[in-house]
Amino acid sequence: MSVLVVTEQSRGAWHRMSWEVLAAGQSLGLPLSAAVVGHNIGELASELAGKKLDKVFAVDHELLADYTADAVTAALAQLIELAKPSLVLFPHTYQVRDFAPKLATRLSRVLVSDVVKIQADGEGFLMVRQLFQGKLSGDFRTAGLAPHLASVQASAYRADLIEAGTAAIEKFSPTIDTTNVRARPQQPFRESQRAVDLTAAGLIVAVGRGIREKENIALVEELAKTMGAELAASRPICDNGWLPMERQVGSSGQTVSPKVYLAVGISGAIQHLVGMKGSKTVVAINKDSNAPIFEIADYGIIGDLFEVVPALIEEVKKAR
Amino acid sequence: MKIVVAIKQVPSRDSQLRINSSGRWIDTSDVAPEINEPDAYALEEALQLKEKHGGEVIALCAGPAGAGQTIREALAKGADRAIHIEEEDLGRFDNLGVARLLAEACAAESPDLFLTGLQSDDLGYGQTGVIVAELLGLPHSTIIMQVEKTDSGIRVKRELEDGWFQHIDLPLPAVLTIQSGISKLRYATLMGIKKAKTKEIKRLTATEVGVSPEASVKLEKLYHPHRSKQTTMIEGSAKDQAAKLVQILRHEARVL
Repeated sequence: MSVLVVTEQSRGAWHRMSWEVLAAGQSLGLPLSAAVVGHNIGELASELAGKKLDKVFAVDHELLADYTADAVTAALAQLIELAKPSLVLFPHTYQVRDFAPKLATRLSRVLVSDVVKIQADGEGFLMVRQLFQGKLSGDFRTAGLAPHLASVQASAYRADLIEAGTAAIEKFSPTIDTTNVRARPQQPFRESQRAVDLTAAGLIVAVGRGIREKENIALVEELAKTMGAELAASRPICDNGWLPMERQVGSSGQTVSPKVYLAVGISGAIQHLVGMKGSKTVVAINKDSNAPIFEIADYGIIGDLFEVVPALIEEVKKAR
Repeated sequence: MKIVVAIKQVPSRDSQLRINSSGRWIDTSDVAPEINEPDAYALEEALQLKEKHGGEVIALCAGPAGAGQTIREALAKGADRAIHIEEEDLGRFDNLGVARLLAEACAAESPDLFLTGLQSDDLGYGQTGVIVAELLGLPHSTIIMQVEKTDSGIRVKRELEDGWFQHIDLPLPAVLTIQSGISKLRYATLMGIKKAKTKEIKRLTATEVGVSPEASVKLEKLYHPHRSKQTTMIEGSAKDQAAKLVQILRHEARVL
């Protein structure tokens, strides 16, 4: 059995999850190769070759300079045919979500997406992934033919555990027909200059769906102010326009790692958790004792936030 | 514009989930069903596109007979007709199999657009739309926030990570997966509910669609996750809980 890890880069800069998926690949203890996909990616390939790997594939084509699902799928289908791995691992990024199911389908395979754990098991692989918004976990076993494909959730493996080494670089030039690339991507942009930098905050009070109404945001705002904390929110709050987008924590917002993250009325969907899992101490206030936020909380208060938060404001005031 | 919207019925978000006796799925007898939230936004987007450009919206759903409730809601909100692939146990199919069911049913309609939510609240694979696109040989884009019609097709706003976005031009027909929360969902009106009763629901079985069940990846066991952290629960009245938490924040976390 062998493993191929597909990394992600954009305009010469690594996606940090590339290293996490490489760590996942190394943890399997099987012959391992890694692919970097793009155009003029010599430097990235060299950097990758400094890791403990058997081979680095530099998948280079001018049509891979700007990401399209069509071009990447064509390139990787050809690489997989050549390399014949038993398992292909991807980081579960937005880009991978855009093309990996297409690639799997082209190969008549099924992608197991967003896995948190993977291990070799006889002729196949055993994978753990979350279901029902993180409320339940499931053990999945591959049953069909190789290659198997899986994408690995953010922060499921530790990038700092990667072992160094030396690997040979093999340049791979796929055949991609311009007429088969149907999407015309424009330049990425940000809506506005980000005025709030939550990444530097030492103390964050974050609010979620449990707050129920816009008028109630003021309560959590007061708590944040009293504590001297930055105010943050989960996605639905920002989608509703109750707080500006720049205060959103999660996969589509900011990734934070404060000393204390106080989650108020946040159930803890995976997309939110990946943005705050790195916090030193997580405190959760929620009425549902089964909320996934408690899986990662150091301290939990099961209760009505409309009772707990006012009491907390009073107690913080007393302590000051 | 002729638009097919794939919708799924899932347990409502605040359901208390219990594992059933097989150990491989939840006990569905005591959970309230609802439309998968991102699919509700896909339906809303389809209805808005129809309002702007005319055409037809067809709701497509694979699921047990009980999913008829979600289909009727879609019709009440304004979908013109529906296709229900009746399958009591979708778990017999892997994600490729489910997408095949949808793609086969969709192909017969030859729509301009196929929309669905970016992921489901139950399985959460986030793959159905992309697989359908590949099966139908159509271009696609995912995690879409906005759809505009252009002379040559459509321009979509795709969400990237860390607050970045990107516009992408696509020819039609195309497949899009829609992000949750991109607009305000409409409610079904009384008139809509009344009208829905006369709208067509075409019912098909997996066999009629021509897809046989296959699971190349098997869900062996479903369980409540093991806690990765030991959570200290703070007990007592709200006042007690608040006082204890302040002590922890001051003396252990040292942030106050």
